[in-house]
Amino acid sequence: METLRKYGRIYAMFLRNSLIRDMTFKANFVLWIITEVFWFVGQLVFLEVLFLHTERIADWSKWEVVVLIGTHQIITQIFQALFYMNLTNLPELVRTGKLDTFLLLPVDSQFAVSTRQLGLDNVVTTFVGVAIVALAAFKLGLTPTPLALLLYSGAVVLGVAVHYSIMFALASLSFWIVRTQGLIYGYYSLVSLSRYPQSVYRGAFGFIFTWIIPVILVANVPARLLTRPLEAPWPGLWKLALVACLALAGSRLLWRAALRQYGSASS
Amino acid sequence: MQYSKAFSLGVQNTLVYRWNFLIRALFGLVPVGAALYLWAALYEARGSAEVGGYTFQMMVTYFIVLLVAENLVVPVEDEWQIAADIREGRLSAFLLRPVDYPTFRLMLFPSSRLVYTAVAIVPIALLIAAVWKHLVFPGELLLWVVGGVSLLLAGLLQFFISFMLATLAFWFLEISTLVFIVYSFEYFLSGRLFPLDLMPPFFRELSFWMPFQYEMYFPVAVLVGRLRGPELWQGFAMQIAWTLLAWQLSRWLWARGLRHYQASGG
Repeated sequence: METLRKYGRIYAMFLRNSLIRDMTFKANFVLWIITEVFWFVGQLVFLEVLFLHTERIADWSKWEVVVLIGTHQIITQIFQALFYMNLTNLPELVRTGKLDTFLLLPVDSQFAVSTRQLGLDNVVTTFVGVAIVALAAFKLGLTPTPLALLLYSGAVVLGVAVHYSIMFALASLSFWIVRTQGLIYGYYSLVSLSRYPQSVYRGAFGFIFTWIIPVILVANVPARLLTRPLEAPWPGLWKLALVACLALAGSRLLWRAALRQYGSASS
Repeated sequence: MQYSKAFSLGVQNTLVYRWNFLIRALFGLVPVGAALYLWAALYEARGSAEVGGYTFQMMVTYFIVLLVAENLVVPVEDEWQIAADIREGRLSAFLLRPVDYPTFRLMLFPSSRLVYTAVAIVPIALLIAAVWKHLVFPGELLLWVVGGVSLLLAGLLQFFISFMLATLAFWFLEISTLVFIVYSFEYFLSGRLFPLDLMPPFFRELSFWMPFQYEMYFPVAVLVGRLRGPELWQGFAMQIAWTLLAWQLSRWLWARGLRHYQASGG
């Protein structure tokens, strides 16, 4: 309990610092919101163009795919609000040796490195995603039960965990490879897979990105839960929970190995 | 020539980062794979051979040519390096020497692209081998010539736009927000997500007048055989015009920025 309170206090401090920072650079803050919204709108336009030429993608109708893309947006934005900036900074910390400061803090180093800075603009854009999902649910005539909403939120949290683990793994590569500018690109390339219905993917490609780098399940499980109220939600949820836990455990092991590498490189 | 030195310098510099490149190239395949699976599902669900004038074969060819073109002509780190040179004052060292910095950067650009492509060729070749039986190319030699030249122009246009964005570092401390805004426009409007001629006529007309489609979509569409006759020549003329304009604008911005730099740098 004591530890939890300590982490809570530290986190509140991080939050306060981020707020001050964002309000110091207001124009930048607003521009980022606009950029994020533009990306989201771009994806919806793409969908609109696709559905000019078809009525379904695999077994998904247009508004069902909107739920999927909106859910992807929500997960991405929550992840970015909480962790993104910190993880993109990690290679720089490693290169310049500033990581040392984090290792000396009286908290877990993975926690400190992952959560120091919050992206408050992404909080705003998360709600844009929520609004679009709500609109699509309305168009589909869905009235989700409280339980369904709870499970949906749970699945979103698991999705954020998967995003975190993937980006964390990519950022940790910087302990071994000099330059990792490709990592942001890698993150976007990988998570973009979860924008499309799972049933689209086949063969080895589908297997790899469902089980080994588990991005496909991320938005698909919650979106399916919401759009197919008659299906049992549990099989999908269990799968997602399993891959999320494995991914998080993997990130922990990787961090240990990375710190060993860091220690042996600097001494 | 001193600028050919720049080229070989660029080759050496980029070779250091071959692991970074290989990782990037591998990740670059992922969205292409996703696009191919998405379209395969779409053609299957539709049960017809054509979507917006594209057969499945043409669609596969479009994304494969796009992938190769992306590797050849998209500047990866040039704008960040130029901006860093300006911000951190390394530019001063160049100004003392008989070297024209923009020309120097222009020479570095193709060298880094060639090294990048040399590294990326392995994973791309594997993908091409996997979809080989689906690829269809137009037979006319003319389209290959125009497509090739157009690809070169696309590279130049991309470089000049990146260069312009980088010169903003003369005036602004932080340019990444602006770079990402332009990048998002490029992403959607240069045909990376889908062939632009699937859009309704109004938007197709709009994108004809904007520079973005000439950064990628246009040469790819030519090489896939989507553009013929007057459409081909009008587009080609537009691409040349935008490339020249971007070139002049980047020179002008550079001259302005340099004056600002020298005035404040003392």
